Amino acid sequence: MDGVALIVSQVLNGLQLGSIYALVALGYTMVYGIILLLNFAHGDIIMAGAYILWIILAQLGLNPVIAMLLAVLGCTLLGVLIDKVAYAPLRNAPRLSVLITAIGVSYFLENGAQLVFGADAKVVPSFAPVSSIQVGGLSLSFVALVTVLVTAASTIVLTFLVQKTKLGKAMRAVSEDMGAARLMGVNVNNTITFTFAVGSALAGIGAVLYVMAYPQATPTMGMMLGTKAFVAAVLGGIGSIPGAVVGAMLVGFAEVFVSAIGLSVWRDAVVFLLLIVVLIVRPTGIFGRTMSEKV
Amino acid sequence: MEEELMAKKRPIISTGGRGGAADGKRRSLPMPARYVINALLVFVVLAVGELMVDGGAITRYQTSVLQQVGVYIIMAVSLNIATGYLGQLPLGHAGFMSVGAYGCAIFIMRLSEALGIGARDIVAGGPMVALLVFAGVVFGGICAAVAGVIIGIPALRLKGDYLAIITLAFAEIIRVVMLNIDDVLGFELTRGAAGLTGIPSYSNFLNVFLAVAIVCFLVHTMMKSRHGRSILAIRDNEIAAEATGVNTTYYKTLAFVVSAFFAGVAGGLYAGCVGVLQPANFGFMQSIEILVMVVLGGMGSMLGSVLSATVLTILPEALRAFSDYRMIAYAVVLILVMIFRPQGLLGSYDFSLSRVIERVMNRDFPWKKDKGADSGASVEEVSADGR
Amino acid sequence: MADRKKRRPVLVQVETPNLIPERDLGTIPVLQAEHLGIDFGGLTAVDDFNIAMGRTEISGLIGPNGAGKTTIFNLLTNVYKPTRGTVLIDGYDTAGKSVAEVNRMGIARTFQNIRLFSKMTVEENVLVGFGNTMRTHLLADMLRLPSHWRQEAEFHDRALELLDIFDMRKYADTLAGNLPYGAQRRLEILRALATGPKVLLLDEPAAGMNPAETEELMENIQRIRDEFQIAILLIEHDMSLVMGVCEVVGVLDYGKIIAKGTPEQIQNDPRVIEAYLGKQEVK
Repeated sequence: MDGVALIVSQVLNGLQLGSIYALVALGYTMVYGIILLLNFAHGDIIMAGAYILWIILAQLGLNPVIAMLLAVLGCTLLGVLIDKVAYAPLRNAPRLSVLITAIGVSYFLENGAQLVFGADAKVVPSFAPVSSIQVGGLSLSFVALVTVLVTAASTIVLTFLVQKTKLGKAMRAVSEDMGAARLMGVNVNNTITFTFAVGSALAGIGAVLYVMAYPQATPTMGMMLGTKAFVAAVLGGIGSIPGAVVGAMLVGFAEVFVSAIGLSVWRDAVVFLLLIVVLIVRPTGIFGRTMSEKV
Repeated sequence: MEEELMAKKRPIISTGGRGGAADGKRRSLPMPARYVINALLVFVVLAVGELMVDGGAITRYQTSVLQQVGVYIIMAVSLNIATGYLGQLPLGHAGFMSVGAYGCAIFIMRLSEALGIGARDIVAGGPMVALLVFAGVVFGGICAAVAGVIIGIPALRLKGDYLAIITLAFAEIIRVVMLNIDDVLGFELTRGAAGLTGIPSYSNFLNVFLAVAIVCFLVHTMMKSRHGRSILAIRDNEIAAEATGVNTTYYKTLAFVVSAFFAGVAGGLYAGCVGVLQPANFGFMQSIEILVMVVLGGMGSMLGSVLSATVLTILPEALRAFSDYRMIAYAVVLILVMIFRPQGLLGSYDFSLSRVIERVMNRDFPWKKDKGADSGASVEEVSADGR
Repeated sequence: MADRKKRRPVLVQVETPNLIPERDLGTIPVLQAEHLGIDFGGLTAVDDFNIAMGRTEISGLIGPNGAGKTTIFNLLTNVYKPTRGTVLIDGYDTAGKSVAEVNRMGIARTFQNIRLFSKMTVEENVLVGFGNTMRTHLLADMLRLPSHWRQEAEFHDRALELLDIFDMRKYADTLAGNLPYGAQRRLEILRALATGPKVLLLDEPAAGMNPAETEELMENIQRIRDEFQIAILLIEHDMSLVMGVCEVVGVLDYGKIIAKGTPEQIQNDPRVIEAYLGKQEVK
């Protein structure tokens, strides 16, 4: 029974971690899919979300529900703002320039946060109503369950959005061929901005769930989280929604497994090694499409 | 440090038609003279610098900043091989630096112990020490080059962003390995997070800037040879390069490995400057900072790399008082440069002392309205669409 | 590298039911393809393509858009790996070779959409082509040993001589990307020649040229053949060029050769007229 409980709780841990990565990875994948940009600043949006939670819960002491809504909203607005200020002027620039700009934005957010809030970790008061629930004799972490369910719901909504709605159709058209989409009357700029908004909103949800599990905010918290989620997106095949989720789950489970067998210092190395192995075997990731240049 | 034109056996014939260069023939410097001029210049700079350091005109603190400048010049110039010349985007250059730094520091520490050379003897110098340091730095470079081969062969099969992310992954793995290798193997090699301390300060103004000059010379001569042309051809059009008989796999790996080698050399010198090595010093942000130097300077411009490495190393030191704001300013500058001048500050322009002298010899000054048919005219100007 | 053993000449019987070079075929055709084909997904892009070219022959491939002409070039140069069939260059099988190795075996090409090394000078573009014949070691180059200077001087002269063919010496130090359009097309040909090919493939060399330029190009193609004694295979839409310069013409439609023969035969072949103009136009 103990063994079963252990396995169940580890699987749940893997799912929880994978879910958070998945929410962040979806943002990476959507932005990459539409403008082929590795949005380095994406991880830092989570950091911003964590600080918003900290301000509202610890400083203002408002209701957790308000805090969660404002965090998601704040992240969405930040994502749109970044796109408008930093990326939109570079729509026709070489891709490397946009990538470097993204690095610059990431730098700016991290150092800005450090300047405003200081380098030390801010503790966010716990806002989960209960810590665990009993299911058939097993004690399961409430936060983990919520994380998994919310991620599943978000993924379904996102898939519906991309596949069935008019905006989703526009997004797919722009990612296929920006020029042709423009000629067909798609407002390319708005579509891209919308993509950033959706990706950032998902990152906001990720931030809320992440802070529920690890209740603190630091200026550089987005960096490792972002990098891992990004690895997950590449692993699954960047540009693909199911790919991002599968890749994130792989990364989450790999980390939990490596920690469980007592090698937690090697956790990051294993994740990156996993990425390298997958890319060598399948150069565009698990669900990636191969694009070949026409000669 | 200079961009030389190809060896010309005869004077460049004026192209006529353009600009009305009536005299027909241009006078040019013979090749050996160019090298002598540049070597003299380097010698003068090194001698003056060394005299100032010895005489105390440059303080100890300033000297240490200068050494860092030298290290970062080598880092930027070496990354420029992979980024500016080969046209790839490795995000793990600091990984090679760390391999070289640890390799060189451990090599020198162990060997000086075995040979009975103390830390004071190393600072004092002498031919034996010079040999030891040279061997150590080259050893560091070789360690990094080996890492470059191991990383390059799988990474270079990928393109663009995938190459970027796989090099990032490798650099992170290197960092984790450096952090934990002692626990696994049971040696005292890198000493993990506690850091490798007690590295003798074997780097000084002279050997760092000698290394800068040598690295710049070697990178320059490599790029101005059949090997360099193959690398540039891959950057400009990989498919055409292949169809023109360029073994793209070989030359990509070559550029990557040479880039790693010099990063290892820089790492070795870095270890001798700072005296303490910690894996955390060689994280992703370090790689990014070096990339920023290359991009800001202008990809493919060695002078650009040298200048921006100098400015970006000195500036934070000079702005210590405003240290809170300096990283933000850095980020803003980066974004602004990319928006308004995506090809970098210098584009791919490179300065050539001998070209300046040739211009003077030909009385061909930029302010003269009737510009002669200048061989450099099209070389200097880079089209506005940077990569 | 591993299959270096395979590189011995294979004598092939030339039953050649296909392109019919009567002159100087010799014992081995310089370029031979047999039953060459490729499928993309389920689609057959090229099917059963055969060719046998004599050493100094000029042949042309024509056909409507999408007929698979450029795909054939990509197959001959191993850019695409053929699904079926073999390619022999001077009797050596190209199977398993990289694109660069195939180039060194003696086949050079130009591209439909110009692919120059646009940020290198004209001379450097040509020197990249000479790279196959340059032999200095990396360290000799980096340390500027005498062998480096000797070689650079020799190939500098050779590059300028090559540029003289098209009167492009004056552009030697210009960036390739800054050249006028016609000069870019000519440079691509020179760069291909610098690799020392036995067969030169020209992919729509006259695209974007006016009649006078096309006329000049025709002379140049013949001159290259005469001076370098190589075979030339070209793809072209411009009928005047193909009919004026080619000794043998093959017509491609839907990935298959539907007709071949001398220009006169082709011009009067009803199948060709049908492929180009549609059935109702046939008289």
